[in-house]
Amino acid sequence: MTSAIRTIRAFCGALALGAALTLGAAVALAQAPDAALNARLKRLESELRCLVCQNQTLADSDAPLAGDLRREVRTLAVAGKSDGEIKDYLVARYGDFVLYDPPVKTLTWLLWFGPLLMLFAGGGIWLAIVRRRARSAAFGSAERDAAPDDVVAKAKQMLYEEP
Amino acid sequence: MKSLRFIVPLALFLILVAFLGVGLMRDPHEVPSPLVGKPAPAFDLERLNESGKRLSTADLKGQVWLLNVWASWCVSCRVEHPLLMQLAQANLVPVVGLDYKDKPDDGRAWLAEHGNPYRISVIDRDGRAGIDWGVYGVPETFVVDKSGVIRFKQIGPVTVESLEKKIIPLVRELQKS
Repeated sequence: MTSAIRTIRAFCGALALGAALTLGAAVALAQAPDAALNARLKRLESELRCLVCQNQTLADSDAPLAGDLRREVRTLAVAGKSDGEIKDYLVARYGDFVLYDPPVKTLTWLLWFGPLLMLFAGGGIWLAIVRRRARSAAFGSAERDAAPDDVVAKAKQMLYEEP
Repeated sequence: MKSLRFIVPLALFLILVAFLGVGLMRDPHEVPSPLVGKPAPAFDLERLNESGKRLSTADLKGQVWLLNVWASWCVSCRVEHPLLMQLAQANLVPVVGLDYKDKPDDGRAWLAEHGNPYRISVIDRDGRAGIDWGVYGVPETFVVDKSGVIRFKQIGPVTVESLEKKIIPLVRELQKS
């Protein structure tokens, strides 16, 4: 009799353990994609601008619209849309301004390459100045060293005396 | 040649001042909408004052109409409200209201209290239609032409100036075509 009870008890224990393990696995399975999704959403939201606060990302903003847009982004992500499709969805409604990383196109060409152009222009000016200075310095010192006394006298005469 | 040394930096400086000046005059909160010149996003929403009846953008095809996004909780909507009432009285163009993220009861009470300038108002309870229209700062006003294309967007309350200089002339012009 006792052995029968022991068997039943062991059986129940095993059953409970099995159930707990299955449940745990199911919970872990349900949470794993959720964690991945959350990480993806977090990254995506930090690349998008909140239209209301303008200097905050969608992830950081407490504005009601940011909450709505986060909900919308999540819905689209769960529906299987790619990051690009989600961004396109927002750009179609709010313009490139929602992207913290503006796309390279004719309109943003100056924004992307303007600084480089300025750098080249500045470099060109600097190079021209340096070259001119080097030339005039070389010319000046050679002239000073080599000028014979009569040339210096003539130059002084030209400079200080009335013709 | 010598004077060029002064003129070039001065010219560059003046150009910079001009750019910065224009930048200062602009309101950074006004983000140009990509929807201007594009077909108005479709909605099919329940009407605020005729429960059970709906209104869709397709119903409005063939006429010039305005969409005004408002809410009972929106403070600056009160600023533009008298102007919208005048516009409604002038009977120039139908104004459709989008009651954005509002409790319908609050919206109805607000219209009863202040007056209803809208031909029809529709309920956008969760703000999804607002997102489709690129709404980010209530109030906003859109001008939609006969073929259903958005021709103008006003962000923030309409003013006497924006009505007289932009919206009304544009509406008249669109109605003629």
